[in-house]
Amino acid sequence: MDTAQKEQIAQEPKASVEMTGSVALLEGLIAEGVDTIFGYPGGAIMPIYDALYDYMDKLNHVLVRHEQGGIHAGQGYARTSGKVGVVFATSGPGATNLVTGLADAQIDSTPLVCITGQVFAHLLGTDAFQETDVINITTPVTKWNYQITDATEIPEVLAKAFYIAKSGRPGPVLIDITKNAQLQKFNFEGYVKCDHIRSYRPRPHVRQEYVQAAADLINQAKKPFILWGQGVILGSAEQEFKAFIEKSGIPSAWTVLGAGAIPTDHPLNVGMLGMHGNYGPNVLTNECDVLIAIGMRFDDRVTGRLDKYAKQAKVVHLDIDPAEIDKNVKTTVPVWGDCKETLPLLTELVEAKQHTEWLAKFNDYMRQEVEAVIKDELFPTSDELTMGEVIQLVNELTKGEAIIVTDVGQHQMVACRYAKFNNTRSNVTSGGLGTMGFSLPAAIGAKYGAPDKEVIAVIGDGGVQMTIQELGTIMQFGVAVKVLILNNQFLGMVRQWQQLFHDKRYSFVNITSPDYVKVAEGYRIPGQSVKEREALKAALKTMIEHEGAYLLEVMVTKENNVFPMVPQGCSVSEIRLK
Amino acid sequence: MSTENIEKQEYNITVYTENQIGLLTRIAIIFSRRKINIESLNTSPSEIESIHRFNIVITETREVVQKVCRQIEKQVEVLKVYFNTNEDVIWQEMALYKVPTEEIAEKALVERLLRENGARVVVIRSDYTVFETTGHREETDMLITKLQPFGLIEFVRSARIAIIKDSEGFNRKLREFERREPGHEPIENEYLNKGAKVFTM
Repeated sequence: MDTAQKEQIAQEPKASVEMTGSVALLEGLIAEGVDTIFGYPGGAIMPIYDALYDYMDKLNHVLVRHEQGGIHAGQGYARTSGKVGVVFATSGPGATNLVTGLADAQIDSTPLVCITGQVFAHLLGTDAFQETDVINITTPVTKWNYQITDATEIPEVLAKAFYIAKSGRPGPVLIDITKNAQLQKFNFEGYVKCDHIRSYRPRPHVRQEYVQAAADLINQAKKPFILWGQGVILGSAEQEFKAFIEKSGIPSAWTVLGAGAIPTDHPLNVGMLGMHGNYGPNVLTNECDVLIAIGMRFDDRVTGRLDKYAKQAKVVHLDIDPAEIDKNVKTTVPVWGDCKETLPLLTELVEAKQHTEWLAKFNDYMRQEVEAVIKDELFPTSDELTMGEVIQLVNELTKGEAIIVTDVGQHQMVACRYAKFNNTRSNVTSGGLGTMGFSLPAAIGAKYGAPDKEVIAVIGDGGVQMTIQELGTIMQFGVAVKVLILNNQFLGMVRQWQQLFHDKRYSFVNITSPDYVKVAEGYRIPGQSVKEREALKAALKTMIEHEGAYLLEVMVTKENNVFPMVPQGCSVSEIRLK
Repeated sequence: MSTENIEKQEYNITVYTENQIGLLTRIAIIFSRRKINIESLNTSPSEIESIHRFNIVITETREVVQKVCRQIEKQVEVLKVYFNTNEDVIWQEMALYKVPTEEIAEKALVERLLRENGARVVVIRSDYTVFETTGHREETDMLITKLQPFGLIEFVRSARIAIIKDSEGFNRKLREFERREPGHEPIENEYLNKGAKVFTM
């Protein structure tokens, strides 16, 4: 498309201009405010990449090293920016490589629009080269998906895709576009954003009766307890949430994905829930009289054994997704709606209170936890380094201002437990799916989503070897992420379970590592490895102060366990300190 | 908790949807993911042009059915899901039976057989005859037993179709859905149901 045509579109969005499906797609992306795309070209998406050649000034395309890296980068971008992540991949293996990321985004409610190329429409179903049934493969792991075989559908379907991805409970959307549709010329009549689909009701009308019933329960409560999740962040309701807890004075604990919605050191923030969460929040779940769940979905890692979960409590559940109400925990009062809307209504009706004695109970349990677990983890007296002391030093050096992108396993639990977050959208991790290999590519996306923030990828020696090829992306695009590998020479979380529940039969958890510093050097990324306490702080300082990407490997003690722990099949109140 | 929350029984699930390729898969996998067998599935037009209607039969507890229905309703192209016990619907299934004409003409009292089972003859050929009957499962099953001695060659039964007794149709609901403001659909909840009668699906 020449400049005159582009100007025509800009001036008269309704004017009909002849263009290919590929160009219409890119125009649509620009109209949706997209600035960054993570992708990888291939045969069936070549017309789109050809069109992209003329749009390099408007759309920043980041060439990843594997489509899984691309989609995790898209997720990281979405999580830190609050915008929709956009990912390109080709047909067949390109598309199937997206599946893990789609499943991850689906379970963690991350808004994505993935565009996959597909073979020519006349070849569909013929087992053509690089043909897979992407729509059916991705149906269980997408909020919505659609195959386009005719270019005229592109603007409308793309608009629907963005609307669906980001509205209501967000999620991943995939559009599969056959090559003929990418090449086909048609009269583009401008891009109209979508704001209504009759069969899709992302936001309910909030019923005042529910809010009133919830407020009544809260006002009568002697020991109310708030659990908040990522819904607070997804709904951009951090301020509304803070106002609610500050007026009601209710102790509040977070799920892994909810971390950072209010600062770590807020006096009403009593810590983390779940299997490796804090002692007090778990034990007192079974002592509170009213449990107020906000934008969380009672995952089994949070609830432990369900038939012994908060049975004494009345449950108020605020959620935008009606399918979450009563799904795992029977709700006394469901407040169905966007919490940005429902929280202020609730704040209005709750009495201003301070639950001093009740809050003190959480602090008592915290003191016990500090004594039994935290002291040794953050300030160890043994020679070997712990993961916790590394995170503690990161807190000290970044003052809680960094974005921490974690992988999955022991280091993830340690980082989530001990990292200090001053700001929302600072904690990026694979929560629901537990995808090892998530962190490195997600950190790349996180940096694009929040370029002014320090982004630190905290990864174990297992996870880093799953997507280590993305060091190539960091090299090529000069992405200034810090890669912090906590190496305990084990697949630590599996080893911990084998130790505790399988008689220490260490079955294939012993994992060797390459020389990460040399690997990084091969990618022209500076780095170092430390194993002594005296060198640790200086090394972390070097990493953080370095302008570009940097890799730091820290050798930590091999057989540390993450505690506290709610063993699988146990109640949250049976949480173990050792 | 009422017994219907614990005891399994047949439920008729009625789903109003857009007519979209791939939606059948989206709905079917909600059941298969939870290892629930779909006993009967019918897709058809509805009272409204362009709106499709699924009739699905499963045997489950009310609690499971309710959760599954919420997952179905969550799909972007699904407008509304209702679930009803057999008492709440008028339902029918159709069955066809092929028997050898010689056997049936010679040995059976065909007239009586047809009358007693509300069956009709669809085709009579020299080699075979096809009967048709419509009704509940027991009724269509009964004719199998009766025709078995006469060398039943082929049998097929259709999916169940069901009309909800107290439904006023979908027209008014659709008009609500076409409006742009947030939906006024309530959510079913035991606690609030007790408080006010408005909270029903």
